[in-house]
Amino acid sequence: MTVVDPSESSPGTRAAARKERVAGWRVGVLASPAAPVYGALIGIIVLAWIVVTIDGGEFLTTGNIVNMLQRSVALGIVSLGQTVVILLGSLDLSVAALISLSSLVTAQQMDGQPGNVIPAILIVLAMGAGVGLANGLIITKLRVNAFIATLGMALILGGIIENGWSGPQGGVTDAFSQDLGYTRFGVIPMSFILFAVVAVVIWFILRSTRFGYRVYAVGGSEDVSKLSGLRTHRTIIGAHIVCSLTAVITGIFLASRLKAGTPTVGLDGGYDLESIAAVVLGGTALTGGRGGVIGTIGGVFILAVLDNVFNQLEFNSFVRDVVRGIVIIAAVAIYARRQEKKA
Amino acid sequence: MSEQTLLQMEGIRKSFVGVEVLHGVDLDLRAGEIHAIVGENGAGKSTLMKTLAGVHAPDEGTIRIDGQEVSFHHPAAAQAAGVGIVYQEFNLLPDRNVAENIFIGREPVRAGIVDRRKMERETAALLEEVGEASFGPRTPVRWLSVAQQQVVEIVKARSLNARILVLDEPTAALAEGEVELLFTLVRRLQELGVGVLYISHRLREVFALSDRITVIKDGGVVKTLNTAETNQRELVNLMVGRELDGYFPERGAKDDLGDVRLKVSGLSTALLRDVSFEVRAGEIVGLAGLQGSGRTEIARAVFGADPIADGTVEIDGKAKRFKHPRQAVKAGLGFITEDRKAEGLALAQSISDNMLLAVRTVMPSRKRRSTPGLMTVKELAEVTELRARGPEQEVRFLSGGNQQKVVLSKWLETQPGILIFDEPTRGIDVGAKAGIHDLIRKLAKDGVAVLMISSELPELIGMSDRILVMHEGVLAGELPGGASEPQIMELATGSAEVAA
Ligand SMILES: Nc1ncnc2c1ncn2[C@@H]1O[C@H](COP(=O)(O)OP(=O)(O)OP(=O)(O)O)[C@@H](O)[C@H]1O
Ligand SMILES: [Mg+2]
Repeated sequence: MTVVDPSESSPGTRAAARKERVAGWRVGVLASPAAPVYGALIGIIVLAWIVVTIDGGEFLTTGNIVNMLQRSVALGIVSLGQTVVILLGSLDLSVAALISLSSLVTAQQMDGQPGNVIPAILIVLAMGAGVGLANGLIITKLRVNAFIATLGMALILGGIIENGWSGPQGGVTDAFSQDLGYTRFGVIPMSFILFAVVAVVIWFILRSTRFGYRVYAVGGSEDVSKLSGLRTHRTIIGAHIVCSLTAVITGIFLASRLKAGTPTVGLDGGYDLESIAAVVLGGTALTGGRGGVIGTIGGVFILAVLDNVFNQLEFNSFVRDVVRGIVIIAAVAIYARRQEKKA
Repeated sequence: MSEQTLLQMEGIRKSFVGVEVLHGVDLDLRAGEIHAIVGENGAGKSTLMKTLAGVHAPDEGTIRIDGQEVSFHHPAAAQAAGVGIVYQEFNLLPDRNVAENIFIGREPVRAGIVDRRKMERETAALLEEVGEASFGPRTPVRWLSVAQQQVVEIVKARSLNARILVLDEPTAALAEGEVELLFTLVRRLQELGVGVLYISHRLREVFALSDRITVIKDGGVVKTLNTAETNQRELVNLMVGRELDGYFPERGAKDDLGDVRLKVSGLSTALLRDVSFEVRAGEIVGLAGLQGSGRTEIARAVFGADPIADGTVEIDGKAKRFKHPRQAVKAGLGFITEDRKAEGLALAQSISDNMLLAVRTVMPSRKRRSTPGLMTVKELAEVTELRARGPEQEVRFLSGGNQQKVVLSKWLETQPGILIFDEPTRGIDVGAKAGIHDLIRKLAKDGVAVLMISSELPELIGMSDRILVMHEGVLAGELPGGASEPQIMELATGSAEVAA
């Protein structure tokens, strides 16, 4: 390939390059879908603080902040994985069942023995990779639509749980439960650090690795990607493995929190739809190709703050769901407008 | 030209859902040769190229590169074997930037991390090589015009260092100046020993560029000729199986002109400054100009697709300002866009649904039944010489040129009083092109006011009663029908001082 020495470039091209850099910056910062998410988050925190204070409660106390951070961990981790598959133009409805199953298997494999902790975690991670691989293969090789494929997987995993467990499974060791579930450094819970680590890893993967570039490419258009010589199946399978891994990590965390595995922890938490909601709230397009984890983290925090306020004000579940529904719909409507303006 | 055979395709057959579209095609390509492939819309040119590129596996037949039999099950395999292709359809990701698009699937990495700088540096070098300075590696593709996107596609194929380069109608979206750049690039590659397969409906290009020409008709090879030993007439004859006179339909007489149907005064938008003109019933007004001079912007502003900053648009003497294209359609305007895939078609819908889409939105079915002169889907297909399996075939399975004909039919059906054509014959074969020219003239004779944008100067000159020339958002001047190419280019490039 003829590579022209950049120092030879004409003044005209250099001016163009300068314009270019400015344009690149604009695309990167101002037009970033994550910007309004954090605007909204700050707005909601202020609003929550006012409402809770008027109500006679306390919002920005250490205890309450810890509480909110703690609550964002479980949804946060799985939403990170969900972000990856949604960016790809896919989605994963099997995460809730997988979270339940992995909490159960974690407890079962630890079996109360401190020496089993690491092997149990490895087994559960391998299980997650296996489920992700299966999801990916069903979608790519059997050409089943992701919605149906992962819904089917959720049913299968539900069946396995039903068959193996009728109630909670003990066996999580005290030390593990204490370390991951309850330790904290100042206001920062240990589990929140786990969330942060997973977030940084996935952010880095999406931003800087070939795999990440390809996730965006396939999400932009699978056809174009394929015609351009990209092995789309590998990317799709890889993304589903990442997503399932985040689900099992969530399961392990919840097992440490509850000091047991339970068959219902995933579905009760609504992690399937809730994680999709967090991703969408964070500005990632359901059609794929646009968005990222930074937005998702904002989305998770917004949901956590809302939850916290609902608890403090003792709203009933009807009001909670209505408010959450309105917030999500409003967010998507706002993104749609922004998108139209840009195009 | 070297005599070494680079590529040999033999007996290629391909069927889609039981219908064979390639019936045993033979084709060979030498190193350093430009081999043109011509044929009518739907003849199978693109499908043949897709069997070479690993998109469709041929049902029968062999492909040899350097004498070695190959079979590609994925486009990546074809790329690895040195086949680069610019598809007829646009093949870029709008949300990613230019560099990311060019290096899609083969991003350079250092220690597992994508080397963004290297990617951008090489992209900048590639753009410089083709003399493209209007955008850079980090520009999002969404911001580029159709022509700029085409440049990205060509650069992308070039960056593969392909030994076999397929260009499927690469100039369809380019203006004259850009075509020259492409030719220079193609010739440079030829000197490096690259074999180029070049598909085009513009015979002028085919003769200017190619060493040999293969004519394909109905999924089979008619003949392979040496370019030096043939002429346009023979070629057209082989392609369409009949003589075409090569003349444009006769212009309307001066006194056939009716009232002013479209009058634009002082139109200004983000890209246009103070544009004024009028189009009468029965008149075809051509709109010339370089890519980006504001031709399409005029059409979009009049049609209500872009906001108007200043000025007025009058339809049949009444001032109108459309906020939405739907209002324009109701008022009797039709707009055949240049980007038919993105703006003109519902790809997953049938031919008949697409043809009736516009008329259904503006006319209730009760009124449709009682409106005289509405054509049936079958008649529309005949008028435009549509090649398709039947009215229920999904539009996305049609060849590129036939998709264009569906867009045209869609607007014809609304019986508009004013029709704006943006590149009406882009990607349409010579036979059908003459048909569309006749059709446009017939519409004008029936009292339609036609505004026609075209980058193909012979078409513009041959068809228009008057020619308006745009230059950088301003109307640079007006010429009578039959004006010469240099006259138009002078105005279009701003190299003449002419009072508008
Ligand atoms: N994926 C597909 N499924 C079904 N039919 C197809 C498919 N792709 C192409 N065809 C059919 O194959 C025939 C040849 O199409 P092709 O695109 O190769 O024509 P072409 O010569 O490139 O025409 P044009 O000049 O209009 O681009 C057409 O009749 C088209 O409808
Ligand atoms: Mg074609």
